[in-house]
Amino acid sequence: MRELNGAARHRIGFTLNGRAVSGWAEPRLLLTDFLRQELGETGTHVGCEHGICGACTIRIDGRAVRGCLYLAVQADGREVQTVEGLADPDGALNALQRAFRKHHALQCGYCTPGLLMSLTDLFARTPRPSEAQILDVVGGHLCRCTGYAGIMAAAREVAAEP
Amino acid sequence: MCFGLVATPPVRYNRTTPREGREPARIMTEIAARHVGQPTERTEDLRLLRGRGQYADDLAVSPRTVHAAILRSPHAHAEIVSIDAKAALSLPGVIAVVTGEDVQALTDPFLVALRQPLHQWSLAVGRVRYVGEPVALVLADDRYLAEDALDLLSVSYRELPVALDPAEAAQEDAPLVHEAAGTNLVSVRDFSYGDPDGAFAAADRRIALTTRFPRHSYMPIENFVVVAEYHEGDGAWDVLANFQGPYSTHPVMARALRVPGARLRLRTPRDSGGSFGIKLAVFPYIVLMAIAARMAGRPVKWVEDRYEHLLAANSCPERVTTIEAAVRDDGTITALRFDQLEDYGAYLRAPMPGPLYRMHGAMTGAYDIPNLAITSKIVVTNRMPAGLVRGFGGPQLYFALERLIQRVAVELDLDPLDVIRKNLIPAHAFPYRAAAGALYDSGDYAKAIEIATGDGRLDDLIRRRDAARAEGRLYGIGFAAVVEPGMSNMGYLSTLLTTEARERAGPKNGAISLATVNVDPLGAVSVSADCMPQGQGHETVLAQIVADQLGLAPDEIAVNLAHDTGKDPWSIAAGTYSCRFTPGTAVAVHKAARQLRDKLARIASNTLNLRPDDLVFTGARIQARDNPDNAVAFARAAGVAHWAPATLPDGMAPGLRETAAWTPPELAAPTEGDHINTSLTYGFVFDMCGVEVDPITAQVRIDRYVTMHDSGKLLNPLLAEGQVLGAFAQGVGTALHEEFVYDSEGSFLTATFADYLVPTVNEVPRPEILHMESPSPFTPLGAKGAGEGNCLATPACLANAVADALGIADPQLPMTPKRLHALMAARDEPAP
Ligand code: FES
Ligand code: FES
Repeated sequence: MRELNGAARHRIGFTLNGRAVSGWAEPRLLLTDFLRQELGETGTHVGCEHGICGACTIRIDGRAVRGCLYLAVQADGREVQTVEGLADPDGALNALQRAFRKHHALQCGYCTPGLLMSLTDLFARTPRPSEAQILDVVGGHLCRCTGYAGIMAAAREVAAEP
Repeated sequence: MCFGLVATPPVRYNRTTPREGREPARIMTEIAARHVGQPTERTEDLRLLRGRGQYADDLAVSPRTVHAAILRSPHAHAEIVSIDAKAALSLPGVIAVVTGEDVQALTDPFLVALRQPLHQWSLAVGRVRYVGEPVALVLADDRYLAEDALDLLSVSYRELPVALDPAEAAQEDAPLVHEAAGTNLVSVRDFSYGDPDGAFAAADRRIALTTRFPRHSYMPIENFVVVAEYHEGDGAWDVLANFQGPYSTHPVMARALRVPGARLRLRTPRDSGGSFGIKLAVFPYIVLMAIAARMAGRPVKWVEDRYEHLLAANSCPERVTTIEAAVRDDGTITALRFDQLEDYGAYLRAPMPGPLYRMHGAMTGAYDIPNLAITSKIVVTNRMPAGLVRGFGGPQLYFALERLIQRVAVELDLDPLDVIRKNLIPAHAFPYRAAAGALYDSGDYAKAIEIATGDGRLDDLIRRRDAARAEGRLYGIGFAAVVEPGMSNMGYLSTLLTTEARERAGPKNGAISLATVNVDPLGAVSVSADCMPQGQGHETVLAQIVADQLGLAPDEIAVNLAHDTGKDPWSIAAGTYSCRFTPGTAVAVHKAARQLRDKLARIASNTLNLRPDDLVFTGARIQARDNPDNAVAFARAAGVAHWAPATLPDGMAPGLRETAAWTPPELAAPTEGDHINTSLTYGFVFDMCGVEVDPITAQVRIDRYVTMHDSGKLLNPLLAEGQVLGAFAQGVGTALHEEFVYDSEGSFLTATFADYLVPTVNEVPRPEILHMESPSPFTPLGAKGAGEGNCLATPACLANAVADALGIADPQLPMTPKRLHALMAARDEPAP
């Protein structure tokens, strides 16, 4: 196990959306702050920093995690996926993003990156999730704007796609 | 289109004359509403879904920027004896510590709407008055270090007795929150309209109840952000903040900083992570960071965290209302009497006490009640200062008024719907002048209720209730009828002053909206305006409006609503609040685009040798109405104004940039008799629902919810539906979950999302949404404000349903299992 000095900055490297990235982090630096401030990838949002709102949700090694409850140094050497990596390779919105737009599943868009990542995670593991499974995932997020109806409609639509 | 549950086609009423008819003669080129009224998908989504939004905390800052953290008071009321910053300052990376002494020396206290010595600075000066009040600011190389330094600050306090409960704080012997004011009851105003005393004396019955509307906040998921820099050379500040307006607070900030307004350049980013009124309350922090930046000689950035936000950002005021109706035996209400005591917390921040007066002209709601008495009282307490929260005084009013309607029905043994119907303003009465002065623009309330209850919807609710009750389950039906105001009159707050004081202060009225539409030399169109969108989709709607005017496609219109007070149009009413976008900013944009169109029509008429009136704008061309081949490209006509100004028609200004201002004449100052038209547009919302209460857990389950809206003409039904769904979820939060809780010493008990319960998808069913359209005659687009209705209606509707289910008279908000359990136990106790 790598030894870290609490007062020093350490070189951290991981794969972000398929690209190798690196930067410097004190051991206490949150992964959200590393992504946003060190790498300048501001798509991942911070709403509470106590694990409840879900705005900061990203995927690490194929699992959804709360970026605000994760240290940057823990991500060293791993595979990190964020909202910036969702669009199709040609830059077009992917099916989930398109469904969000169609169903007006976002207003301010602040909760949206987290929801997209949690649902991406759900669809990656369960291509045809049940209503209860969708509810379970969306229920792990707070959205202040939409009343969740559009989010549910978008998720249902993607779940029903062949 | 995703109006899955819109069961009724829009009903249109063309009784009213559109506003444009009253304006000076215009060029009447043909305009097709191709895009306005369509459920157009949002352009904003294209960046937000890719994680490429431009929120305040995303924007690059100067490498010289330092980061701020705030030390906050642990006491609800205490003197600050001393602040020792030595240890904090000796920490490497710490640059400065700012305290109340600095702030007192360098700034003036914020202006207050009341002439009362309720001084507030951006940091506590000498005394703290609520838990969470900012006491000191640390500046450091990064935020982590700044927070380390907070732990090293040592402050000694001398605790003082606290005033927490509004009614107790209003008593004469209560501890004083502001000694200089000599009382906590800082304003009492009595109003009378018609002959309330006569009506009460003549009434068959007098029915009264007291409601308490609790403190909460529709807090956005994005917290406050401020980046401030001082430019020594100009003696001016440049501040970026996710502020939402109203810009009537810009002079308040500039005055506090002791500079003319032009030396406080305030920029807002293109995207804001929600606001719902809350981000007005960032303004004291704008002043604080501005002063800190000046002291440090470097830009200062502060990002609020969720704990700070819950603890101290903003709350709606708590209101205790005693409402009484003079009633005839048949259910007709002849008079209302309100006694309202509103708690604004420790300070009266501008533009408080807005919530107490914003609905003043419309206190009789959807009912034709000619006699009205109102006593409005303002109390200060040792709790966080209150501010804007979506609904803004409406939820407080309607919780009292619609609960009263239900009580009238119970006490007279009438159907609540009959009591509502009996008292509704009749359709023929519009425009209708309400007792206290509101001028309701249009509507047909009875028709709206007929549609909502029709198609078997009410029968279904009754069937469900009867079936549930037959099985011994606790099921109830609730209703709420609500008038939803849009675009506030800037003069409404002066109703707070006496007529004499108003005369001394000078008249206040109107609500100016400003917008600019620009066409560049190649015909590309861009728009800037005086609104600060927080998710409403303003870019999309404005593009629809301009596209129709100019015969272009919405995606050809570039709308960027990042705002800069130094460069963009704005006036005192600017901002996104009180539903002013649709009746205000959208109209200004419409007017500016219209002016451009008139200008282009005259240019094209020269080229085509036709009268401007014979031209149509379509498909990026300007063409003869009867001969589409006789046409000029839009871009070419636009180019003339830039490239060949000498060829322009006589008297025409060169270039193609039009700024339009809009202020409706209906928004007059309060009269001598305190009549005030508080808003410009008045939509109508009728809600009806069935709920079941679990006898064991006391949990409320919403079984079916129907919400009927008449917001005039809908500019974009998809976005209007989003506003309804969002406001409904917040209304459910108010009704069942959300409350700021303080203990008996004023400590704050709900400072995390684990304690303060924002509803998740599991708590928010999808309501059935219905629309009808009674266009407003007072706005050229016929549209009304539509963003707040369910915040007003839903808490009252759910409370009425729970009251019906449990047979109780006093369901208190939020109707948590704990509260309902106590009420059920009290109800079931045998009488002594
Ligand atoms: S910011 Fe991570 S859960 Fe809220
Ligand atoms: S869209 Fe604003 S919080 Fe979800």
